[in-house]
Amino acid sequence: MSTITNIIVCGVGGQGVMTATEILAEAALSLGFDVKKTEVAGMSQRGGVVTSHLRFGPEVRSPQVLPGQADLLVGFEAAESLRWGHMLRPGGVALVNTGRIVPPVVNIGLFDYPDDPVAQMRELGLALHSFDATSLALELGNIRLGNTVMLGAMSDRLPFPAQVLRDAVLARFASRKPALVELNREAFEMGRRAVSGESVAA
Amino acid sequence: MGAPMKVPAAGRMFMSGNEAVARAVWESGVGVAAAYPGTPSTEILEVLAHYPDLYTEWAVNEKTSLEIAFGASMMGARAFCAMKHVGLNVASDALMTLTLTGVKGGLVIAVADDVGLSSSQNEQDSRFWGRFAHVPVLEPADSQEAYAMTKGAFELSERFGAPVILRMTTRICHVKGVIISGERVEVPTTGFTRDPQRWVMVPGHARPRLPMMYEREAALRAESEVSGLNMVVEGSDRRIGIVTSGPVFMHARDAFPDAPVFKLGLSYPPPMDRLREFAASVDMLLVAEETEPLLETEMKAAGIACYGKDVLPRTGELAPDVLKTGFARLRGEVVPEPEHVAPQPIFPRPPTLCAACPHLGIYYTLSQMRNLLVSGDIGCYTLGAGHPWNALDATISMGASMGIALGMDKGRGPADANKKVLAVIGDSTFMHMGMQGLLDITYNRGNVTILLLDNRTVGMTGGQDNPGSGRDIHGNEAPRVDFAKLCEALGVKKERIRTLDPYQLPVLFKALREETKIDEPSVIITDRPCVLIDHYEPTQAYLVEDDRCTGCGNCLDVGCPAIHVTRRGKEVKASGKEVDLAFVRIETAACTGCGLCVQPCAPEAIVHADPKKTVQPMQFVRR
Repeated sequence: MSTITNIIVCGVGGQGVMTATEILAEAALSLGFDVKKTEVAGMSQRGGVVTSHLRFGPEVRSPQVLPGQADLLVGFEAAESLRWGHMLRPGGVALVNTGRIVPPVVNIGLFDYPDDPVAQMRELGLALHSFDATSLALELGNIRLGNTVMLGAMSDRLPFPAQVLRDAVLARFASRKPALVELNREAFEMGRRAVSGESVAA
Repeated sequence: MGAPMKVPAAGRMFMSGNEAVARAVWESGVGVAAAYPGTPSTEILEVLAHYPDLYTEWAVNEKTSLEIAFGASMMGARAFCAMKHVGLNVASDALMTLTLTGVKGGLVIAVADDVGLSSSQNEQDSRFWGRFAHVPVLEPADSQEAYAMTKGAFELSERFGAPVILRMTTRICHVKGVIISGERVEVPTTGFTRDPQRWVMVPGHARPRLPMMYEREAALRAESEVSGLNMVVEGSDRRIGIVTSGPVFMHARDAFPDAPVFKLGLSYPPPMDRLREFAASVDMLLVAEETEPLLETEMKAAGIACYGKDVLPRTGELAPDVLKTGFARLRGEVVPEPEHVAPQPIFPRPPTLCAACPHLGIYYTLSQMRNLLVSGDIGCYTLGAGHPWNALDATISMGASMGIALGMDKGRGPADANKKVLAVIGDSTFMHMGMQGLLDITYNRGNVTILLLDNRTVGMTGGQDNPGSGRDIHGNEAPRVDFAKLCEALGVKKERIRTLDPYQLPVLFKALREETKIDEPSVIITDRPCVLIDHYEPTQAYLVEDDRCTGCGNCLDVGCPAIHVTRRGKEVKASGKEVDLAFVRIETAACTGCGLCVQPCAPEAIVHADPKKTVQPMQFVRR
């Protein structure tokens, strides 16, 4: 089992969780790994919870990452990262966007959004890096770049060189939106730098 | 939409189960393929529409999709249809008799069970249909198998002259994996052979075909005993052997790499002799099936001792951890404590209507009215049952809002005498199965007000075309149904049919008030498109002037996800009553300027971000 890498990418419908995981899968595929990717995304386009499971290695059978099995948890939204914290294995690392998306059920007063989801995760003893990917993307002038920032952030925590993932990101843009290649390269590197310090458990 | 593509050459590909099935259908030389969208099966036809060399279409419902496939099969063409589990309920009327005639060109029905209800109103086990209709059922365990079994299904169908059910689940349809694809084969269409004894199912013709169907089933049973699709994966730990099919095979191999597994690919008819042999080779036998105890019951009836639903859950997916718990229970062992942190209790994040969705105005208005009985239907607008609207009283199945509303009207007692009965249905659902219900209402003089929400797409499944959108599956222009004329033809008086803009809340409210007062059927058609389809032109975004916002929270009742609370407070009214205040802001990036929230805002605190800019009314432009 240890030869399989287990990654969970989580967020909210519309954030690009599935696309990011797709690009990550392409990177793993380019190295010849067996790859499976599965989503739990009921009506995901409607602002619901989205989690994407990615498993790769010599041979992958079940596509599902189980609680306590994830090597890496990539959270596109703060509270969603907390929601899926139990998916991490002991020693696993979370990369958390501190940006928040508050749902209508919180706005109309039925539920509370946690005061500080990142602090709560640290209190649980989870190793994590947190950064504001949304602001970094806006710095570059486009909130959609948040996706690439997150991919950059995870690129140094994979069992293959960061450049493999970067190439996968840029290849996708080169074929679809060539004008955005350079901007995405910058966003990718920004994400990388944002998490380049030690991960802290407390 | 499905513009033709250049098909990638054979080789290693990363595909979802749905995409793999589409590729295999094309490679199999299929002539005709039809479907009605339904999660998790939708992408099969959506992807297939891009392939050349075959006819594809969105059918108006699953029954017509199967009938179309059957008609093509009679012509000697290979034919295919796809649907979600509840779709086969609709199509079953055709299935239960075409199993008697049998097929000419290979006919495969892909049916996707939503195990775990990610986007469905119930959980069903479509393997039942194999038993009920006496047709073979194939169950792939991943994308590669979905691809290979689809190709095998056409051969099986032609060899036995039977329609074949390809039973998938969400965990097959929506999982991507590596497949090795092949080349397309040309399959000539053999032509129609007139044979009323076979194709015209009147009692005298059908009666002699019954024994033929049972003979075919017996032959399939024999095939199942020798089929390579049914196989044993050896294991060194023979204390428990597992019998399984579909995605559970992969979960079982992960959970118990050393346990022997009997994997059923051709799961109906089951190979009972081989299963008996397998049972004798292990100490205990566990049948792990999603979701009903079908094999378990049949194996027990055949005298094969086994366990199943006594230790495994009756509903939901049998993921590796679920299987492990069942195993431990079977061995009388304690389930080990997990090593991970406990899941944290946190707010739910249910799916909701989009910012500026035309349904928002409908549900806001309904939530402000009293003494209603609202019968709902299947689509995005089922979300009106949720917060903050809580505007639906019933929803069960496609098109059912009509019949339920009529039943509510006819069945009400004195306690409900003063209530107004409404039905809420979307454009595509209306054409799928709602039209007949409306005819029932008019014919039987029901007192029902129907809200027909025409957003010109099948919204919930991702925006597919339908006869109301004026486009076919390829995005080409197609005849567009006129809903007002259709309702009139179904017996609604012309003056009781109005078409209006759901963003104009006072107009909508007035129409609802008037129509619900009148004791005869009426239809209110709303005609604004889904915000997610085609080229939706947002107008200028709104913002909240902080110093004018009184915190009344009226705008929050609209339920738009672009409205956020910035701070809360309390106020003591003159009456001494304490009320909660919620001051808001609008997320301009999400706001399209639909103007719904402006209307209930008493202090007029919601204004255009740039008041000097001329604002055009919201446009809907076809790309």
